[in-house]
Amino acid sequence: MSLSVTINGDRRELPAGVTVASMIASLPGAPDGRGVAVAVDGEVVPRAQWPSVELRDGAKVEVVVAVQGG
Amino acid sequence: MTTAQAPFTIAGRELRSRLILGTGGFTNHDVLAAALDASGAELCTVALRRLDPAARGSILDVLDNAGVEVLPNTAGCYTARDAIITAQLAREAFATDWIKLEVIGDDRTLLPDAVELVAAAEVLADDGFTVLPYTTDDPILARRLEDVGCAAVMPLGSPIGSGMGIRNPYNISIVVERAGVPVILDAGVGTASDAAFAIELGCDAVLCASAISRAHDPVAMATAIRLAVQAGWLARGAGRIPRRRYAEASTPEEGSPVFDQGAADISHTASS
Repeated sequence: MSLSVTINGDRRELPAGVTVASMIASLPGAPDGRGVAVAVDGEVVPRAQWPSVELRDGAKVEVVVAVQGG
Repeated sequence: MTTAQAPFTIAGRELRSRLILGTGGFTNHDVLAAALDASGAELCTVALRRLDPAARGSILDVLDNAGVEVLPNTAGCYTARDAIITAQLAREAFATDWIKLEVIGDDRTLLPDAVELVAAAEVLADDGFTVLPYTTDDPILARRLEDVGCAAVMPLGSPIGSGMGIRNPYNISIVVERAGVPVILDAGVGTASDAAFAIELGCDAVLCASAISRAHDPVAMATAIRLAVQAGWLARGAGRIPRRRYAEASTPEEGSPVFDQGAADISHTASS
């Protein structure tokens, strides 16, 4: 059983029950979490909840980091 | 000797440097680090974008090494909703309540959308953010932003990246006169004299990105603008003279010699 989720616009297959924390760890160049923030379906997921929030099938995930700007 | 600038305070936090650096447009992190050092800035902006697996090195490391604080922005947001979510993401990413709030109306002018800006500012201020909104040079809008709880207002001198300086200094001075929060000139600075002018007009600080990052020599320009901000501060305290339509001689007229044409013809005395 796997989930289809969209991460930063790209479709990905992930195992059922995957949490935000394990999804972050699976990303290429796995960020250590510093300066990273996550929104799922337009709602920000606070860092403290990353290990407990599971992604649902069809979730739209945005993973953002600091870049130069402004 | 007079100090070149006094600290100012935003939301209870004292800042010694009146130059805030925008990090956009630097060609690489080394140039950014050198410009940061030259600018003397204590606060600098960063943006949030999708994680790029190919990106090498984090800007946060550069800022940490320089010992400067992060001011996240909401650049690229066109609606209050997007700006609010971006601010919330920034709070999670950087563990700061400070946000440079940008809500723009279109991508050609990059001018603020006043309606969306005030709406977002109110929600964020109520949610405990220290909101520094990028706004137009409209004194009424600046007051509205202050009324909804913004910790400072950041009027533009001219559009972002335009380098057109301060196009309406009268509006900027009215914003300053009527503001109960710090005023930071944001956008439009093209060179050092623009930054000095902003401070002379009464702005508490200047935020610069392109003027430094896109200069031929960003480090030299960072130094120039740091000194210009200090010069502006000193000049403001010193007090400029009033403008006059006609000249006013600085040399006294009294005691001027009188060269009446006398009887003696001296026009040929030097010739043989």
